[in-house]
Amino acid sequence: MNKLSRYAILLTLAALTGCAAVETVTTIATDVGVQSGALTKAQGESIRKSTQAVSRSMEDFTQEQEYYIGRSVGAIVLGKYSALSDAKVNAYLNLLGQTLAMASDMPELFGGYHFLALNSDDINAFATPGGHIFVTRGLIRCCRTEDALAAVLAHEIGHVQLRHGMKAIEKGRVTEALTILAQESAKSFGSEDVIRLTREFGGAISDITNTMIKNGYSRAYEYQADAVSVTILKRIGYNPAALIDMLNVMARQMKPGGNDFARTHPSPQSRIAELKDNSGIALTSIEPPAVRKERFTKAVGHLL
Amino acid sequence: MFHRRYIIICLALICVLFLISTVEAQKIMSIQLKESQLRVTPSFLGKITAKLFYGERVTVLQEKGAWKKVSIPGKNVQGWIHETALTSKSIVLKAGRGTVGTSVTGKEIALAGKGFNEEVEAQYKKNNKNLDYTWINQMETMKVSPEQMEDFIAGGNLVFGAEGGNP
Repeated sequence: MNKLSRYAILLTLAALTGCAAVETVTTIATDVGVQSGALTKAQGESIRKSTQAVSRSMEDFTQEQEYYIGRSVGAIVLGKYSALSDAKVNAYLNLLGQTLAMASDMPELFGGYHFLALNSDDINAFATPGGHIFVTRGLIRCCRTEDALAAVLAHEIGHVQLRHGMKAIEKGRVTEALTILAQESAKSFGSEDVIRLTREFGGAISDITNTMIKNGYSRAYEYQADAVSVTILKRIGYNPAALIDMLNVMARQMKPGGNDFARTHPSPQSRIAELKDNSGIALTSIEPPAVRKERFTKAVGHLL
Repeated sequence: MFHRRYIIICLALICVLFLISTVEAQKIMSIQLKESQLRVTPSFLGKITAKLFYGERVTVLQEKGAWKKVSIPGKNVQGWIHETALTSKSIVLKAGRGTVGTSVTGKEIALAGKGFNEEVEAQYKKNNKNLDYTWINQMETMKVSPEQMEDFIAGGNLVFGAEGGNP
């Protein structure tokens, strides 16, 4: 058995890694390798297994699964904050938010985007991987115009589009859940599998809510979501400077040491600085057209 | 000494790779949303020509930015759909959940209804009895029609796709 030739096959296999059809190619390649005697059966098997493990990542979750993760993350948010049962406000948030979502790079989700106001004076907002987006009355109060509220909702859409929630799930958990799935995918699920999967599901929900509610995403993620917000606002004809205007109001209304954005987000000042540096937004605030002002006041004026 | 046989094997592997990518170019894709629509024009404000459901397959005819013009095999319907509604994986539905067969094999499969699903959610709820999904269900019923969206855009002096972006 020639050592060099075995390396050649292994090298070819390595070169093929990273291609979309890597598993299929690897399967064929290892079969060829084993049959020609270049690899032992055990070696072939181990290459196959490790390729499968490597190719199992967050991307392997279907949108349907992200939707179910989102529902439970949302239920936890609603355990901390109660919903604002105001049909006028919620209808307006959905009209505005769903329109903005259509202008994002991720306009379609398994169950679509849905928005809900929260009955709290905290300055806070949350977006689940399933497209459930929540905004507190306290944050709506930081918005003086429809453009500013659009900036807030578009920032949350940014977190969904960039899958920041899903990225908060521990890698080991992702692998574990997908391994259970891969083992059992061919046959129907037994109750034992449901219990194992529910354990991973619960873990994933905790990973996401701990990050989202308690610790906050990284500063980089927040700046990225701001950048997406600016893109969406521009695409649809809103004034992107409204995001800066909103952040200025937020800076004045935010209570230091609060358990809301004060804890989970970079300071409004540093977000403004980042926006000026990287998005080149002019500070000069332009008044929105009268029609927009009017409908904004009509929909949320009683909260301000 | 580098044996010729192994060079041939390596070349064969590379050929297989190219073959696979050619096959993939002829695209059949699946709907990855609960439901979606085909439209006359590549825009969310375009008139709807057909409704599609999770796991249904379409043939890609043409692409324009993030939009794809597709046809439904066996039906005389064409229309535009946004790329985020589609996946190149074959979606295999659980028995009784749809019309798509379960004969597909291979790794590029997303198993609809497997994994984190209704059943897992029900089990999770059982373990966390304090959680209330009433408002989650409620907010999911809040839907905006294309007509309402169009009125909202026009009424607010806004533009759809002002920068030639995705809409």
